[in-house]
Amino acid sequence: MDNMAIVGVAQTKFERRKEDKTNYDLVFEMTKGVLEDSGLTLKDVDNVVTVSNDFLDGRTISSMAVGEAAGARDKNISTVEGDGTFGAFYGAMRVLSGFNTTMVVAHSKGSEGDIKHITNGMFDPIFQRLLGLEAIAASAIQANAYMDRYGVGEESFAHVSVKNHGNAKNNPYAHLPMDLTVDDVMRSQKIADPIKLLDCSPVSDGAAAIIIANEAHARRAKTKPIWIKGIAHCADAFFLGDRDLADPKSLREAAKRAYAMAGMSDPMNALDVVELYDAFSYMEPLWLEGLGFCDPGGGSRLLEEGITTMSGTLPVNPSGGVLSSHALLAAGLARIIEAVLQLRGEAGNRQVPGAKTALAHGINGPCGQSHCVWVLSSEK
Amino acid sequence: MSRRVAIVGTGQTDHRSHRPDVNGREMIYEAVKRALADCESSIQDIDAVVIGNMDHFESINYVDTWSVEGSGAVMKPIMKVTTGGTTGTSVAIAAYYHVASGLFDRVLAIGWEKNSESDTTAAIITCSDPIWDRFSYSGAIPSLATEASAYMKQYGATQEDAARVAVRDRTHALNNPHAHLRKPITVEDVMASPMLAYPIKLLDVCPRTDGAAAVVFAADGIAQQIAPKPAWIKACAVRHTYTWFGDVDYTAGLVSLQEASREAYQQAGIGNPADDIDVAELYLPYSYAGLKWIEDLGFCRRGEGPTFIKEGHTDMGGKIPVNPSGGVISTNCIGATALLRVAEAALQVMGRAGQRQVPDVEVALATGFGGCFWSDVVILGAARP
Repeated sequence: MDNMAIVGVAQTKFERRKEDKTNYDLVFEMTKGVLEDSGLTLKDVDNVVTVSNDFLDGRTISSMAVGEAAGARDKNISTVEGDGTFGAFYGAMRVLSGFNTTMVVAHSKGSEGDIKHITNGMFDPIFQRLLGLEAIAASAIQANAYMDRYGVGEESFAHVSVKNHGNAKNNPYAHLPMDLTVDDVMRSQKIADPIKLLDCSPVSDGAAAIIIANEAHARRAKTKPIWIKGIAHCADAFFLGDRDLADPKSLREAAKRAYAMAGMSDPMNALDVVELYDAFSYMEPLWLEGLGFCDPGGGSRLLEEGITTMSGTLPVNPSGGVLSSHALLAAGLARIIEAVLQLRGEAGNRQVPGAKTALAHGINGPCGQSHCVWVLSSEK
Repeated sequence: MSRRVAIVGTGQTDHRSHRPDVNGREMIYEAVKRALADCESSIQDIDAVVIGNMDHFESINYVDTWSVEGSGAVMKPIMKVTTGGTTGTSVAIAAYYHVASGLFDRVLAIGWEKNSESDTTAAIITCSDPIWDRFSYSGAIPSLATEASAYMKQYGATQEDAARVAVRDRTHALNNPHAHLRKPITVEDVMASPMLAYPIKLLDVCPRTDGAAAVVFAADGIAQQIAPKPAWIKACAVRHTYTWFGDVDYTAGLVSLQEASREAYQQAGIGNPADDIDVAELYLPYSYAGLKWIEDLGFCRRGEGPTFIKEGHTDMGGKIPVNPSGGVISTNCIGATALLRVAEAALQVMGRAGQRQVPDVEVALATGFGGCFWSDVVILGAARP
């Protein structure tokens, strides 16, 4: 793989409702922001990937509403529908194919739709939808499968929520910085057993953008380039009943490929910081297992032993993670952006000192059916 | 550096207005199975999958993850790429970049639509801006009617001129066993068909079709082992120029196609398109496009489209046959429609187009159209670039 780097990042503050901004406005703001961050002009960008979802936007061809705002009128442009990490993956492939500089921009305004109906639309229309399956109910099934397999308790998940909302206090972009106790989480309203209100990510409005450049063009940016060392994604079977929900095997496969590409044999030691897609608190330990940081069933111990806290050897979600800010689609791109900020040494109060290698992760489909893994480094 | 990439296999369903015998995933599976059989490959040979359609037609969210058992992407990378009518070419171009990037050797591109499960116009209306555009440009036909009227006024083209394009495509479809509408029509039939929005009549426009298409892309070195005569990607270019229908200059030609084709011709080293290109599979959703957009592609000069058509240059046996497959006017499974253009162009280059084969094709052009007067252009060739 040729060298390529992320040379610009931008994200909005994530919040409940951005009443004063349309999707067009958000994408325009991000386009301006990411160009400003990189020191590049629109002329330096030779192609664009937008990330949007027709269900979320309530519009057919949702990409039509934002192409112009992304400055793409005279450029090669395409659109990925899915998490921002997948859009960025396409953006990276375009750079490897001969483009110089790809801008990737993702947006969503969860406040304008009904997320339960939108995520119900992921499921099979004949066999599953009428059961009322949507993101939360399906995730509750996965959480139960996980707890049942390894005897993990609900308190373990509550600790994740406490850690990540606490970390969010250091992140000016986060939607829900909170001082929580395990008791607060355990006593919060039950949504779908075992998931309680404070185990859930919020529904946020927000947008994010990055610029990926080949080596020659990375030098033109004013930022410290963050090199892309390994990228991979992989999808499991569709029907929940066809999957082992307690075993994120498509994540294991994606991680294996990304580590191999990055030449990493011991990711736990090689990585300094992880930003992963914790849409629900149980997902963090489960995804940590999938990423190979511990044996199956051992994810919760990483937090119990303090390894994944800010002062641990492998801080996970210093930004507060998706639990603290969840603008769908933009959320995965925000994981990449947070990893980049860490590696640039520009993560402010949430900085992991001396971070050189980082992992960012995104998911698509119900219960992490499809995973995308990014390994980034400050060193070429 | 970018790798050379070729198409080595194609598959498509037998397109119909209504396929109650299969669900969406089963219909996708049909096209995938045919594409794999076409290049004597198995799903184990495929490294990654790209899929596209338009969400609101079947009301399936996250089609990439929903479809994996039909597409064969279980425990493989799958990505959804969707851009409206251009979806099929966007998917093909994405598959091309998958392979060109060096990350994947063999990639499956899939486009599909089950229009019988949708209220197509109700869904498409929502692509227009809800405040500025939706009341004037609701759905696919009003903006096209505007374009057609403007073209007729500018160049004196007639409804009969446009009807000839519909007759040509429907006649060509008789040679395509996969086509949806395989019944010959005459100019009189088109003129007598019900008016939808002046000057567009029922037989001027594409149907709504259930169907899927799948195309296998492979890297240089592997492609030659799979296919005796692979169809090499010589160029691709995309322009999604506008966001608002009200911003479109309806007298300037199809600007996105002018710009995208210019860029693609440059990549492919094409100086005189009508001479250098042997066959074209164009995304012409309605007959008037067949007059005007061939001008934007440089097949003839501005305003000369009607004469070029009348003189038969785009018929089978003509200077540059357009839509030997019967085109979009004969088959329109929306998310698959532009991918079918690429698949049909590949078949022509590979010399495997059966009764609809144009002899000795060296260079073939495929286009996609959609969104807000957007264009995608793909050029395929028999010679390794």
